[in-house]
Amino acid sequence: MSAPVVVAAAPALRVGKAGFAIGIAIVGVIALAALFGNALIPQDPFVQDLGKRLIPPFWMEGSRPEHLLGTDQLGRDYLARLVYGARISLLIGIMTVITSGLIGITLGVLGGFFGGRIDDVVLFAITTRLSIPVVLVALAVVGLMGSGLGLVVATLGLLLWDRFAVVARATTQQVRNLDYVNAAWCAGASTPHILIKEILPNIASHLAVVATLEMALAILLEAALSFLGLGVPPPLPSWGLMIAEGKDYMFFSAWVIMIPGVALAVLVLGINLVGDGLRNLLGTERLR
Amino acid sequence: MSALLEIEDLQVTFGGTAAVRGASLRVEKGETHCLVGESGCGKSVTALAVMSLLARGGHRSAKRMSFAGTDLLSLSDRAMARIRGNRMSMIFQEPMTSLNPAFTVGSQMAEVLTRHKGASRGDALERAVALMGRVGITAPEMRLGQFPHQLSGGLRQRVMIAMALMCDPELLVADEPTTALDVTVQAQILRLLATLKRELGLSILLITHDLGIVARVADRVSVMYAGEVVERAPTAALFRAPQHPYTRGLLSCVPAPGRVRRDKPLGSIPGVVPTISPGFAGCAFRSRCAHADSTCEHEIPRRVAGAAHDYLCRLAPTLAEPLPA
Repeated sequence: MSAPVVVAAAPALRVGKAGFAIGIAIVGVIALAALFGNALIPQDPFVQDLGKRLIPPFWMEGSRPEHLLGTDQLGRDYLARLVYGARISLLIGIMTVITSGLIGITLGVLGGFFGGRIDDVVLFAITTRLSIPVVLVALAVVGLMGSGLGLVVATLGLLLWDRFAVVARATTQQVRNLDYVNAAWCAGASTPHILIKEILPNIASHLAVVATLEMALAILLEAALSFLGLGVPPPLPSWGLMIAEGKDYMFFSAWVIMIPGVALAVLVLGINLVGDGLRNLLGTERLR
Repeated sequence: MSALLEIEDLQVTFGGTAAVRGASLRVEKGETHCLVGESGCGKSVTALAVMSLLARGGHRSAKRMSFAGTDLLSLSDRAMARIRGNRMSMIFQEPMTSLNPAFTVGSQMAEVLTRHKGASRGDALERAVALMGRVGITAPEMRLGQFPHQLSGGLRQRVMIAMALMCDPELLVADEPTTALDVTVQAQILRLLATLKRELGLSILLITHDLGIVARVADRVSVMYAGEVVERAPTAALFRAPQHPYTRGLLSCVPAPGRVRRDKPLGSIPGVVPTISPGFAGCAFRSRCAHADSTCEHEIPRRVAGAAHDYLCRLAPTLAEPLPA
């Protein structure tokens, strides 16, 4: 994951408008579930009931109507935990993208725009960052400082800005010399104005695509860290943690890990579809 | 008339190459001044040097450079930014790419006025509508909310002109404003510039390589070659009695109906503009000139050929003569 990835060079997955719509639908449904799901589901994601352990979901024998997706090994309602986990995943994805986006876009735009010494510093920072393995650092930080939602976001945010920086820098260099930027200089615009109103809006479509990729990546990384017991601390229901907690039962009750696993895969797929759709929608026209 | 823009001995270098070498220019109030020459002879660089917007690595120096009594050489960056787009604005060759694709035409136009004059957005939009009507855009209220990609090239150039006029500038620098447009639109834009000049008392510094445009709109002409102004004259005098061999060459390149014969090749000047490194002496045109001899390698005198008409050549002025057919 530490290889420099240039987004525009990746072969465009031709998913078309349908893919974009499906992606938006997936992300939209999961986001709505995350926002309002726990208000609608009567079960509490934290209440344990050891008498009702590992009740199977509705499509299997022995299911109960009050637990649509069954219960986990401590008798907690699985649907409630899944929906609460969506909240955690999306929160981590969004917060990470905001943090890393701020860092990466600032560095990239400044380096690409001013060039020279500033660009040297930015390039050095990017290469340094790329030489650091993300998972290893995340493990070390969480291992040293203990786990927690804020810490996971901070760690991922401080580590995942490299693609933002690379893409922002390259596109800024392209846009910087375009006619409308020159025209803005000629109209007496100040440097901050040029950066904020001429450069940023015109590289935003590229950055939006990067943001979707990074968001999917952050969600997967959080799941991985949680699976290793280094992400969100229990009893918070993160999808990765749910898989980790269910792994002991996977041979007898495979649905315990299948449900959060499928949810994770679908969310990441949805985000990636949105990213592809954005690229198809905005990518070709804007940079002229 | 007093000079609005006065440049004396402007030098611009990019690393080891001299882009402008001692160009002097005077743009009077209310006149259209054409800067003519082929590609690479320093026309655009001269304009950018006036605006203090040379590309990275460009260095400018001059004996004098004043704009309406203000010394441009001693201005701070911030003071210069206050003049740009306000008292001195510029339009470009490529209207298709000169507008920011991310904002509507109206907000881009309004921005110029709010920036320089502190006008409210409403007032600025009102002025934008008025100016768009002024430059011949139909249904300006509708155009206001449109994005640049919804407009045609001619329309975009009109928007650029209207935008340049937002703050009532004294000087409009137009860098080949019609080159990218088709001929009919070209004529409209030139007519528009001429009208604006007359009615607003605007001075226009028009950069072009098209002598047809010069003949139509210019009051005075400066011919540039390899970073030097080789001939300066009122338009009529230049066309009647061109003095510098380069000017004559340029004029002979213009095909005119009735003068061009099918069996004869069109006029051309052999060779290209040489790259001038520092320390170059003598006439830069000598490698392409039919009249060149050894004296051309030395300092060339500036000769006077008539009222406000001078040129840079060792040859003595010739009186008006018909152009070679």
